[in-house]
Amino acid sequence: MNETIFQKRIDAEKKIEPKDWMPDGYRKHLIRQISQHAHSEVIGMQPEGNWISRAPTLRAKMILLAKVQDEAGHGLYLYSACETLGISREELIQQLHDEKAKYSSIFNYPTLSWADMGAIGWLVDGAAIVNQVSLQRTSYGPYSRGMIKICKEESFHQRQGYEIMAQMASGTAKQKEMAQDALNRFWWPSIMMFGPHDADSPRTGNAIKWKIKRQTNDELRQSFIDKTVEQAEVIGLEIPDPDLKWNEERGHYDFGEMDWEEFWNVVNGNGPCNKQRLAHHKKAHDDGAWVRDAAKAHAKKPKIAATN
Amino acid sequence: MSSLLQYTLRIADSSLILGQRMSEWCAKGPTLEEDIALSNIALDLFGQANGFYEYAAELDGEKSADDLAFLRNEREFFNHQIVELENGHFGDTIVRNFLHDGFNFLFYTELAKSKDETLAALAAKSIKEVKYHLRHTSNWLIRLGDGTEESNPKVQTSLNNIWQFTGELFEMDEIDNELLSAGIAVDNASIKSEWDNIVNKTLKKAKLSRPEDGYMATGGKKGMHTEHLGFLLAEMQFLQRAHPNAKW
Repeated sequence: MNETIFQKRIDAEKKIEPKDWMPDGYRKHLIRQISQHAHSEVIGMQPEGNWISRAPTLRAKMILLAKVQDEAGHGLYLYSACETLGISREELIQQLHDEKAKYSSIFNYPTLSWADMGAIGWLVDGAAIVNQVSLQRTSYGPYSRGMIKICKEESFHQRQGYEIMAQMASGTAKQKEMAQDALNRFWWPSIMMFGPHDADSPRTGNAIKWKIKRQTNDELRQSFIDKTVEQAEVIGLEIPDPDLKWNEERGHYDFGEMDWEEFWNVVNGNGPCNKQRLAHHKKAHDDGAWVRDAAKAHAKKPKIAATN
Repeated sequence: MSSLLQYTLRIADSSLILGQRMSEWCAKGPTLEEDIALSNIALDLFGQANGFYEYAAELDGEKSADDLAFLRNEREFFNHQIVELENGHFGDTIVRNFLHDGFNFLFYTELAKSKDETLAALAAKSIKEVKYHLRHTSNWLIRLGDGTEESNPKVQTSLNNIWQFTGELFEMDEIDNELLSAGIAVDNASIKSEWDNIVNKTLKKAKLSRPEDGYMATGGKKGMHTEHLGFLLAEMQFLQRAHPNAKW
C-alpha cells in the first residue's frame, strides 16, 4: 500500500521529504549516491589543492583557493542532505575509509601541470554540471535543493577553468603544449565520469522509475560531449578521439569507445592515485583526532566567553 | 627603494607568506568545517597581500604586483619571520597565527589612521578580516589549551617554541621611524602593551603559561630569514620562473 502511494507521489513529481515513508531500496540508493557525491567533493579537493601553493599569479591563487573552499562547502551540504536519510557523517566517513563507499573515479588521476587546473574546471566541473543540472529534478527534496544550490557555484568554476585553458591555449608554445596535454589526459576520464553504458549499469535499478535519476548515463554523456567539442574548437585545442565526428542524422557527435578496463580498474581502487587520495584523507582525519577530542572536551566544560 | 615602498612590501609580504602557509592546510584540516575556515583565512590574507602589492607596484612604477610576489628572492622579502614558520601540527599553526593575528589587529587599527590614504584604506579593509582571524585563533587556543590532557601540553610546547619570533613584531627600525615622524607608519613599540593584554587574557583562559622572553629572533624586515623561506618561495614561484614571458 505504502509503495503505491509512494510511486503515485513520484509520478506526480512531488518531492519526497525526510519524514515521508520511502522504500528501503530508495533510501539505500540515495544514501549511496549522495554520500558518493559528498565524498567526491571532499576527495576532489586534493588534485586541485595540489596546485594552490604553485599557482602562477595572485589572482589565480585566489580563484583556485576559493574554488576548493567551495568544494568543501558542497561536501558539507551533501553530507547534511545524506544525514536526513538517517545516517551520520561519521558513519559515512568510516565507509569511505573502509572502501565501502566510493567517490568519483576522476579524482584518482594526478594533476601534473598548471593546465590541469584548467582541464579540471572545464571538463570535470563541466561533466559534473551536466549531471547535477539533471539532478536538480531528482525526486528527493533535500538532494534536489542541494543540487540547485551547488550548480550555481559549479557553473562559475567551469567558466574559470575554461578561462585558464583559453589563456594557455593562446599563450606561449610551451603553454599551449601544456593545455593540449592536459586535455589529452583528462578527456577520457571526464567522459567516464558518467559511469558505464546504460546496458552495463547494474545499479541503475529502480533509479529511473523512482526518478532519482532523470536521465541515463549515456544521455548525459552525449549531452556533455556535444557541448564540449565546440568549446574545444573555439580555443583551438584538439579532442583526443580520432572517431569523433558530427552525425547529421542523429544531431549529435559520434565518439570512440572508452577504455572500460581502465574505468573498472580505477573504480575498484587500482587507478594512479587511489591509494594516495585515501591515505591523504585518512591521515588528515587521524592527525586531527586530538584536535576534535580537545574541542569536544572543551565544549563539555562550563562556558567562559571567548576572547576577542 | 623608497622607505614607503619597503614599508608597504613588508606588510604585503607578511600577508602573502602567511596566506601561503595557510593554504597548505587545504584538504588537511581536522574537520571539514575547519578546512573551510583555514582556506577562508588564507584567502583573506592573499586578498590583503594583493591590495598592498598593487600599491607597492604603483610606488615602484615598473614592476607589477605579480612581479613583486613571484620574482623577488628570499633576501628581498621583508615579512616577519614568524609567518614563514612551517605549519607543524594544528596547535603550532594556531599559536603562530594567534600571536601574529593579535599584532595584526592592533597594527591595522593604528595604520587605518595613517596620513597615507592608501595605506589607511587598505588597513581599514583588513581590520574586519583580521578581527575574524583573531577570534578564530583565540577560540581554538582556548579549546586546545583547556581541552584534554594531551592537547594542553602539546599546545604549550608550540607556544614555547614559537615565542622567540614575537620580538620582531614590535621592533622599530630607521624606516619605521622615518615614516612614523611623517605620520605614515605605526609605532609598533606602542602597541606592545595592548598585545600583552590580549595574549595574557587569552592564555589565562586557555590555561597556558606565558613563556619567558629569552632570545628573540629578528631580521625578517631586512630580508634576513629562517631557512624555511627559500623552500616556500621555490615552490610558490616556480611557474613564473620557468616561463618568464608567459601570461596566466
